[in-house]
Amino acid sequence: MAQGNGSETKRDRFLAGVIPYKEMGYWRPDYEPEDTDIIAAFRITPQSGVDPEEAAAAVAGESSTATWTVVWTDQLTAYENYQAKAYKVTPVPGADPPQWIAYIAYKLDLFEEGSIPNLTSSIIGNVFGFKALRALRLEDLRIPQTYLKTFQGPPHGIIQEREMINKFGRPLLGATTKPKLGLSPRNYGRVVYEALRGGLDFVKDDENTNSQPFNRWRERFLYCMEAVHRAMEQTGEVKGHYLNVTASTMEEMYERAEFAKELGSVIIMIDLTIGFTAMQSMSKWARANSMLLHLHRAGHSTYTRQKNHGVNFRVLAKWCRMIGVDHIHAGTVVGKLEGDPNAVSGYYKTCTDDFNKQDAALGFYFDQDWIHMPGVMPVASGGIHAGQMHQLLHYLGEDVVLQFGGGTIGHPMGVSAGATANRVATEVMIKARNEGRDIMREGPDILRTAAKKSPELDSAIETWGDISFEFESTDTPDVIETPTPVA
Amino acid sequence: MTTGVHITQGTFSYLPELDDDEIRAQIQYGIDNGWAVAIEYTDDPHPRNIYWDMWGMPMFDIEDAAAGLHEVNRCREAFSNHYIKVSLYNRKLTKQSIALQFLVNRPQHEPGFRLERQEGSNRAVQYTLTSYAADRPHGERYSSDGPDASR
Repeated sequence: MAQGNGSETKRDRFLAGVIPYKEMGYWRPDYEPEDTDIIAAFRITPQSGVDPEEAAAAVAGESSTATWTVVWTDQLTAYENYQAKAYKVTPVPGADPPQWIAYIAYKLDLFEEGSIPNLTSSIIGNVFGFKALRALRLEDLRIPQTYLKTFQGPPHGIIQEREMINKFGRPLLGATTKPKLGLSPRNYGRVVYEALRGGLDFVKDDENTNSQPFNRWRERFLYCMEAVHRAMEQTGEVKGHYLNVTASTMEEMYERAEFAKELGSVIIMIDLTIGFTAMQSMSKWARANSMLLHLHRAGHSTYTRQKNHGVNFRVLAKWCRMIGVDHIHAGTVVGKLEGDPNAVSGYYKTCTDDFNKQDAALGFYFDQDWIHMPGVMPVASGGIHAGQMHQLLHYLGEDVVLQFGGGTIGHPMGVSAGATANRVATEVMIKARNEGRDIMREGPDILRTAAKKSPELDSAIETWGDISFEFESTDTPDVIETPTPVA
Repeated sequence: MTTGVHITQGTFSYLPELDDDEIRAQIQYGIDNGWAVAIEYTDDPHPRNIYWDMWGMPMFDIEDAAAGLHEVNRCREAFSNHYIKVSLYNRKLTKQSIALQFLVNRPQHEPGFRLERQEGSNRAVQYTLTSYAADRPHGERYSSDGPDASR
């Protein structure tokens, strides 16, 4: 960049043509982020030969004010304010091809209040296709209190959910109806009834259970709510079925949600595939109608799973807490689906805690103060069973919905017995933990002892006791004990 | 062993009934966490009957679970044929709610619930759950002259 007095520098900055982003003001190593800034941590993999600082500046530029060439109209604005500022890059140890974590700060002015679509259009908008980068991943996002307060968060949250359904001090239990496709509405409702009557709190439509020719939504809702109320009569407990209202238009979703309400359901469900705007609309509807809102993260792995490109799930979980859902699927640690234990623990804390402290192992790049926004109940689903109860409680805690689909419906003594096995295992493990026993060490013994008085649990352990899914995770947080800025 | 239905509210309803030592251990867990101990009883266990009668004030400052168990047993003596539950309450900011709740007493006979279906148009049903116990006037439920006493 030309040296000289300030006016020359400014004149060079606005000469027509293409100049490096670094020299356009998007690289500001001296910048100290303000408390009101949104701060992003991006994992960048530059094309070979591209300077990481220039790559970071390019990301800052393309996710804020820049275009590919100099525009004189910048000078009609206080552009320094609107430019995102890359202020630090740190190398990722051992990455091949080389990667860096780029820290970028955004002024609050850049974002519309209370709009996740607007926030994401900026921060993960054009920039992810940018040619100077081989790959780009949004690892974490610090949401300042000033912006967070423009969102209402979950329609109810964990505490209000528990008070609504009158269940305290243990994980909630659920199952997804199986087979998820093919059952007639009447047969589908049978599975719901048996599972709830046997001891589960919730049963769930699956993500693609919407309104197919063999199982139209209105018929399904009728039979499921008959099942829910029959199970309430039998047990004296509040029960629920996540009625999936996912549809192709908002009008159809509202129609289905209204009917779920009319039948007395406590909960409805949406899929992530409906998009952020529709999610925000359904969140408002759920709050206005005293209905819990379950989110199935259908499709998320297309952009959360690869370590070098996409959006880390912890960021998506943050957005979902801000959008406002009451339940979100967040991984299992011990089940069949992807997830490093520390990373999953980080996702859970993102959903439930009031303050996330910076912690490399958990994947928290920043402190995140949730300023008492209610927590989202995480849901663990996929390949979990009663024999893992000690591990599930140890890793996931008690503020979680444990979803045992196959582990309920596949029980050799029937659906209801499968549900009972899960409930007995949950209660006996909570009891033992509260009594001060070391459940990770004694867990299998605790379950075997309880199984002597519960043939349902005995049969579950007999069937699945040895099943585990031991695959190495494709994604782990990169622990950097003492980040070193690149000179 | 009680007769009738077995309602499964509270955290340990799928386990054998807790004995006094087991109840004391759960209360101690709550006390060790800084939670208050509350005892409530009712003759109407409807799942949406939130406000059971309080057995005195919640105990905010006890250190020994024996004091909580003592009150549980006094409540059992006074209301042996009622549902009684223990709630452990966490006043911590962002919680401020019940942290654990479990039944410690049931009536000899649990009559359960009636599910009423009010049929609407297009097969849309309005469901209402009623406690059989609440069919009788409040003063007569579970009393010695009630129908349940003979079972």
